[in-house]
Amino acid sequence: MLELKSVHKKFGGLQAVGDVSFSVPAGSIKAVIGPNGAGKTTLFNLIAGNLNLSSGKVIFQGREIQGLKPHQVAALGMARTFQNIKLFHGMTALESVMVGRHVRSRAGFIAGMFHSPATWKEEKEIRDKSMQLLELLGIAEFADTEATSLAFGQQRAVEMARALATEPKLLLLDEPAAGLNIYETAEVGRLITRIRDMGITVLLVEHDMSLVMDISDEIVVLSFGQKIAEDVPLSIQQNPEVIKIYLGEDEEEAVV
Amino acid sequence: MNMKIKESKLLKIGLLVILVICTQLLTKITDTQFYLTQLTMSAYYALLVIGLTVVMGYAGQISLGHAGFFAIGGYLSAALTTHNLIALQAHPLVKGLGSVGMLVSGQDLYGEQLLVFAPWAACILAVLTAAGIAFVLGIPVLKLKGHYLAMATLGFGIIIFRIGLASEYFGEADGISEVPGLTLLPALGPLGSLSVSGDFGLRVENYYVAWGLLCVGLWLLLNLIDSRVGRALRAIHGSEEAAEAIGVDTARFKLNVFVLSAVYAAIAGVFLTHYNGGIGPSEASVMKSVRYVALVAVGGMANIWGTLIMGVGLTFLSLRGVFGSYDDAVFGSILILVMLFAPDGILSLNVKALFISKRTTDGH
Amino acid sequence: MTSTLFLQYLFAGITYGFIYAIVAIGFNIIYNTTGIINFAQGEFVMLGGMISITLLQVVPLPVAIALAVLITMLLGALIEIVFIRWLDSPSVLRMIIITIGLSILIREVARHIWGESIRSLPYFVGNEITTITIGSVRISPQVFWVIGVCGVMVLGLSLFFKITPIGREMRACSSNRTAAILCGINTRNMVTLSFMLSAGIGALAGCVMSPITYTQYDSGTSLAVKGFTVAILGGLGNSMGAVAAGLLLGILEAYSVAVVPLAFQDAISITILLIILFVRPHGIFGSSAAARLKEF
Ligand SMILES: Nc1ncnc2c1ncn2[C@@H]1O[C@H](COP(=O)(O)OP(=O)(O)OP(=O)(O)O)[C@@H](O)[C@H]1O
Ligand SMILES: [Mg+2]
Repeated sequence: MLELKSVHKKFGGLQAVGDVSFSVPAGSIKAVIGPNGAGKTTLFNLIAGNLNLSSGKVIFQGREIQGLKPHQVAALGMARTFQNIKLFHGMTALESVMVGRHVRSRAGFIAGMFHSPATWKEEKEIRDKSMQLLELLGIAEFADTEATSLAFGQQRAVEMARALATEPKLLLLDEPAAGLNIYETAEVGRLITRIRDMGITVLLVEHDMSLVMDISDEIVVLSFGQKIAEDVPLSIQQNPEVIKIYLGEDEEEAVV
Repeated sequence: MNMKIKESKLLKIGLLVILVICTQLLTKITDTQFYLTQLTMSAYYALLVIGLTVVMGYAGQISLGHAGFFAIGGYLSAALTTHNLIALQAHPLVKGLGSVGMLVSGQDLYGEQLLVFAPWAACILAVLTAAGIAFVLGIPVLKLKGHYLAMATLGFGIIIFRIGLASEYFGEADGISEVPGLTLLPALGPLGSLSVSGDFGLRVENYYVAWGLLCVGLWLLLNLIDSRVGRALRAIHGSEEAAEAIGVDTARFKLNVFVLSAVYAAIAGVFLTHYNGGIGPSEASVMKSVRYVALVAVGGMANIWGTLIMGVGLTFLSLRGVFGSYDDAVFGSILILVMLFAPDGILSLNVKALFISKRTTDGH
Repeated sequence: MTSTLFLQYLFAGITYGFIYAIVAIGFNIIYNTTGIINFAQGEFVMLGGMISITLLQVVPLPVAIALAVLITMLLGALIEIVFIRWLDSPSVLRMIIITIGLSILIREVARHIWGESIRSLPYFVGNEITTITIGSVRISPQVFWVIGVCGVMVLGLSLFFKITPIGREMRACSSNRTAAILCGINTRNMVTLSFMLSAGIGALAGCVMSPITYTQYDSGTSLAVKGFTVAILGGLGNSMGAVAAGLLLGILEAYSVAVVPLAFQDAISITILLIILFVRPHGIFGSSAAARLKEF
């Protein structure tokens, strides 16, 4: 599904991501973990086209996608959520998800201005599909509420529904459980496995170790932009190097 | 639900049409037909303002240069229909234009031979030029944000103003006058021809042309913002990064909507110029651009009906000379007051105040 | 072009260049403390000139200028307190529109007070035909007043920001507002101060330039656009860059008279502005990283 080949990113003198290679097999859940500032979000930005690579290759479904714009990457079937939620101010939850249908619908300026019967049909389809997604995520009752005024967990759900609306083949989730309580986190875990069962490959960044160990098929560990381990959860938990990194930190110490 | 929106939209437009007709009948009954002139002009200005609303209110991109597009439309159409090409008639290009019927010949007041662009051809050329300039300007300009975008569009407006003021072709400080009417329908049997001009006898017809154009323009924009494109534009306003991430080609959509609004502005410029029989540099001034922004702001930014109402209302008052020598000061104050106290437009104030008072009474 | 003419143009260019630089620094001071571009900056310059011209009828020139600067500073503070201070993190769009509205309002008030006629202060020394001859070049002493006063202002400001405690607090405020608040700096007052300061230097520039460039109710707009060009050219927030950029634009404009009709002169600086915005929005003298540091 996705393959990174020796990906590098420098910000001025800072090597934010250095020589990272791994692949994400289709139909799997892969997690990227690492201490704060390890370069996880930067890695996502590189994959999704928000940042340009300094060197290396990103191959998505057999196609090199480095250098493409984010919207082109999205059209190819990759969707993402953001660590710091980015919702559309002034749009309802339903509308926000409807925008997510953008790449799966066609009406342009002319069609939009003249509202032809073909666009009615498309509009109805967009609305129905979006509503279904809100139901899937359990926030259908907030369809007509302004998305930015929802509770934090619901905002994350809207963001995820919006990403799913693009009918992605690969979904990038940047800390989907951040700021959620343990029940909500467990719920997110079940949701992610469900998404995987729908045939969508998932790559996620997450600090909550119990969630990561629970649901991922494989884990990549980053530290200071370098990949230091890649393995199944059980082995990662026993990997001395990984333990060393996390013991160096105070927060995650208890978790591992 | 979608159908409901659709119905209410058509209903509102229907009400507007009825209002337009009633207004005309009222002026006839009360013998105040002189109001029609300013109402016609207000409609054209409102056409520009609703176009700008989509750029500013929905897509979130400020433009301080829309008077420039209005002026490009007006000035070009005026210049092409008034500058005599007789001296160039042997030129192959002029010959070619003549052979496709884009030129008309005639005689001026003194019996001199005249060869000028046909108004319809000039109109199309003017609008296309404005669209082309908007496209070329938009590619780099719309990459900018905030202050930079504001200054760049302001700069564009000033350049257009200066060109009008300094070039002989556009009549320098005097502008261009004696612009012929723009014929929309040729004379048919007993019916006279229908043309956009200041002709006194065509005052009522011109009123309906202007308002008809505005209603059509309004309907198209209302449809647009209710569509996939409209949602994408609002998404761009909300978060450009997130819009990109779900596949919206933000650069292209911003550019397209900028060009669309420039076309609205240019059409307004062309029609108003033919209606007035001329255009002067003040139409291109920075103050005009600022005024359009003020109208969008006071109407509530992302509210086409609001900007329509405010655009027609305030422009009409201004054209009637109600504000006297305080005209610009009024629009400056509007800008400040609206942005300080009612950033969602003054139409939102009433509704909100009602809502709040209702809630508090409910609570007690 | 003879060498005499060449030098004559050079001096004209430097004169205007310093004026543009002062307007640009006015932009920078407010931008640094608030992140706002004050579109009414040009109006401060116009007010300085107009008020001093009026006051000159009752008081001697130096007093008139001092009072004009003081009054404009108070106006600057008043504007900040009435229109800006109480807004809670307004959007950029809102701030742009408010300051544009202010500039129109100030201009219209000026039009109603002083009319549309063109006015000017008298030459500080001698009159319009007095010249100082350097080699073969003859230059009005007023030119030296402009260059001298603006130069002193630039130096004074940079000392103010480097040495005085208030200046340092303002700089702290510009590089990191939250941190500044945590250190007990009253950022609100710093913002008021920045409006006063940029109104003051604008007004003083408006006084010294008035004899040469004249003052009219609407002379602020084109100054604002040019000042903004210079501020961008020098890197927004970077005032030494603004001086260099101001001189560059002034001199470029002066020589362009030889090539382009006078009526298109504004168009030149705006074309430069557009090109810079498209090619290097962080200015020709600043790197994008340095632009973020917003060093005075
Ligand atoms: N646009 C940028 N310019 C310069 N440096 C950046 C930029 N984006 C990120 N960095 C730096 O790159 C490093 C990696 O940041 P990144 O956000 O990828 O970390 P992360 O692993 O996502 O951390 P967290 O767990 O806190 O989200 C950090 O040192 C950060 O300061
Ligand atoms: Mg991160």
